[in-house]
Amino acid sequence: MMIYVVIVFLWVALLLYLVMGGADFGAGIIEMFTSNKNKSRTRRIMYNAIGPIWEANHMWLIIAIVILFVGFPVIYATMSTYLHIPLTVMLMGIIARGTALAFRNYDAVHDNMQKVYNKIFVYSSFITPLFLGIIAGSAVSGRVDPQATNFMDAYVYSWLNWFSVAIGFFTVALCGFLAAIYLIGETHDDAERKSFIRKAKIMNVAAVVAGSVVFIASIKENIPLVQWVFGNFIGIAAVSAASVSLIVMWYLIAKGKRFIIRVLAGFQMTMILLTTTYKHYPNIIILKNGGHLSLIDDQGAEKTIQSLGIALLVGSIFILPALFYLVWSFQQKPEQVDNEMHGH
Amino acid sequence: MAARSQMALSLGFHIIFSCIGMVMPFFMAVSHFIWLKTGNPVYQNVTKAWSKGVAIFFATGAVSGTVLSFELGLLWPTFMKHAGPIFGMPFSLEGTAFFIEAIALGFFLYGWNRFNRWFHWFTGVVVGVSGLISGILVVAANAWMNSPSGFDFVDGKYLNIDPIKAMFNPAWFSQALHMSVAAFAATGFAVAGVHALMIMRKRNISFHMPAFKIAAVFGVVAAILQPLSGDISAKMVAKRQPAKLAAMEAHFKTEPYSPLIIGGIPDVKNKKVDYAIELPGMLSFMVHDDFKTPVTGLDQIPEKDQPPIAVTHYAFQLMVALGMLMMALGIIYLIAVFKKKNWFDKRWFLKLFIWATPIGFIAVEAGWTVTEVGRQPWIIQGVMRTADAVTPMPGIGYSFYLFTAVYFTLSLAVIFLLYRQIKMVPEIYDTKTVAP
Repeated sequence: MMIYVVIVFLWVALLLYLVMGGADFGAGIIEMFTSNKNKSRTRRIMYNAIGPIWEANHMWLIIAIVILFVGFPVIYATMSTYLHIPLTVMLMGIIARGTALAFRNYDAVHDNMQKVYNKIFVYSSFITPLFLGIIAGSAVSGRVDPQATNFMDAYVYSWLNWFSVAIGFFTVALCGFLAAIYLIGETHDDAERKSFIRKAKIMNVAAVVAGSVVFIASIKENIPLVQWVFGNFIGIAAVSAASVSLIVMWYLIAKGKRFIIRVLAGFQMTMILLTTTYKHYPNIIILKNGGHLSLIDDQGAEKTIQSLGIALLVGSIFILPALFYLVWSFQQKPEQVDNEMHGH
Repeated sequence: MAARSQMALSLGFHIIFSCIGMVMPFFMAVSHFIWLKTGNPVYQNVTKAWSKGVAIFFATGAVSGTVLSFELGLLWPTFMKHAGPIFGMPFSLEGTAFFIEAIALGFFLYGWNRFNRWFHWFTGVVVGVSGLISGILVVAANAWMNSPSGFDFVDGKYLNIDPIKAMFNPAWFSQALHMSVAAFAATGFAVAGVHALMIMRKRNISFHMPAFKIAAVFGVVAAILQPLSGDISAKMVAKRQPAKLAAMEAHFKTEPYSPLIIGGIPDVKNKKVDYAIELPGMLSFMVHDDFKTPVTGLDQIPEKDQPPIAVTHYAFQLMVALGMLMMALGIIYLIAVFKKKNWFDKRWFLKLFIWATPIGFIAVEAGWTVTEVGRQPWIIQGVMRTADAVTPMPGIGYSFYLFTAVYFTLSLAVIFLLYRQIKMVPEIYDTKTVAP
């Protein structure tokens, strides 16, 4: 029974990482596509929004990875062997991004070094979700091949294919979209608000385009994605719900709503993750030889799953209220953060 | 080999970042407490300055920790496949502790003037406590590699896995204690040294002197307690990993009245140590509490199961020597506090602490070398060899170069940033400072 608790935690951690971490990455992507004269303002708004919680946003990835290596060691070992290269690139992105953000906020001297930090921050904000998407795509693309005999097949073509790369760009567009929607609610200036709405539109279009490319790539690579998404009731229902909520969301943006649009954007991510994982469940990695690694068949020892589940349940009793209070208390008066940070 | 070097490098950096990130919040909390009690603004400034250091080190510690959680799999997939479910328990709890630390840090850094002052202070304490707990948990996981327990190893299979038992493995307490005290000593001396340098240069003495004293007290107390935890650790190693102890001491021959060998150059070929000071019976006494009982020497251990003797021995000697040095400094500091208050203004006194800035961390790295190199050729003592655990992917050398470059850049950046923080102290904090 506990295995299902663990699986739910894994899924929720991935979802929260996609939503919270995604919005966080997206802030950097938005900054990339902001004209130079507006950059510093965008940066300030963004920093006020994510400053206090950015560390927490990235904890979800750690939680997910720990669940994998404790509870599903075979899956973790297979991923880290055959997807070694994209994982390493993603790690480089995580290092660069985390340190650049910390450095630009805590460097006591404000000079040209800020430009260096900004550049690193922006590029790594793009590369990290790109490779995260590639890794996710590779897991289900059926290219991971433990029987491969040469380097390219085993370690490069496992992830370098149209489908995985398209998912990478799709992920980047989703992150940008999330951030833009989030930032709409963070500003009280009308011109800024309009500019974030415009960015949200661009990112929305980008996500739709990238999503279509994913489908085209899946046909080219003989991956039955269409069947996974539209071949079952849950898939169709989730896609419809996401589409309807998207329309509602744009209507509410026009109405000037701030909070509910975030909820709807988060809901869309939930639906996307649901459609993409539902049909595979409980399989998480599809291998080239048609086999797969499954959360049920490849789980760790029973006692381990028991204690992992208990640890997660107990942990969330501590974490969730504290996290909620953190987010809530900084939502109350975001301006004060600004004063404090720029006060010295 | 490249995989091993990459892991050593990553851990070597992570250990420094995380020690500082784990201990500095305690300094910060003390200073914060004094400020709240006395209202002396110097302490508020010290707290704020330190909190920026904590933020920088937390961020670097957090990313280097994230990287490590992936590197375990990237470099040692076979090890993780088998060991993950057994020794993963402390990691999943560590995830929780670390998460709480991140949340508390968010409250602390952004919470000035927003919350009840004591709630704000409390969040700072939570940062320290949860950081310390994370550290202890990670060390417990490492201790499991030294003293594997919580499973039965039958015909190459890992059966009857009990992760709780694995977490509370026999070595967890001694290793966690030794490492925690070491973190306090190393960080205390490092931070005190930096402030001592500033005092000697006559920069903002009213700011740096209280900062120096808080950091030094932590370092001194930890340094004086450390030999005790070292003794507990050594007895544990003697019991669970005789090969490691023998290599640490370069102890070749099993005989009654085993001598304690200090210094010297181990001659592995002829199985002797040149130019060393030998104290007959002392090793027996330290391990078994009597002078006669023989201590297992390297002659009792098959050559294929021996760790690299010279490296382990030198690293151990270095760690002990630096530990003694810190203890001596600690005693000098206590004399200054209780008998000779005027020493605080003396150049030689400050100079001692300036020279001592890096020694705590050198000792930490040396100790880490002892525990890791001393366990070789095993990755799980007596169960799995390191060579069997490594990833099958060729070309790990490149990955090692990449990570080396990244870590060096990162450390240079951190040093650069801290330098600028310290340089800016007059501009940021001086206007508000009132002489105590």
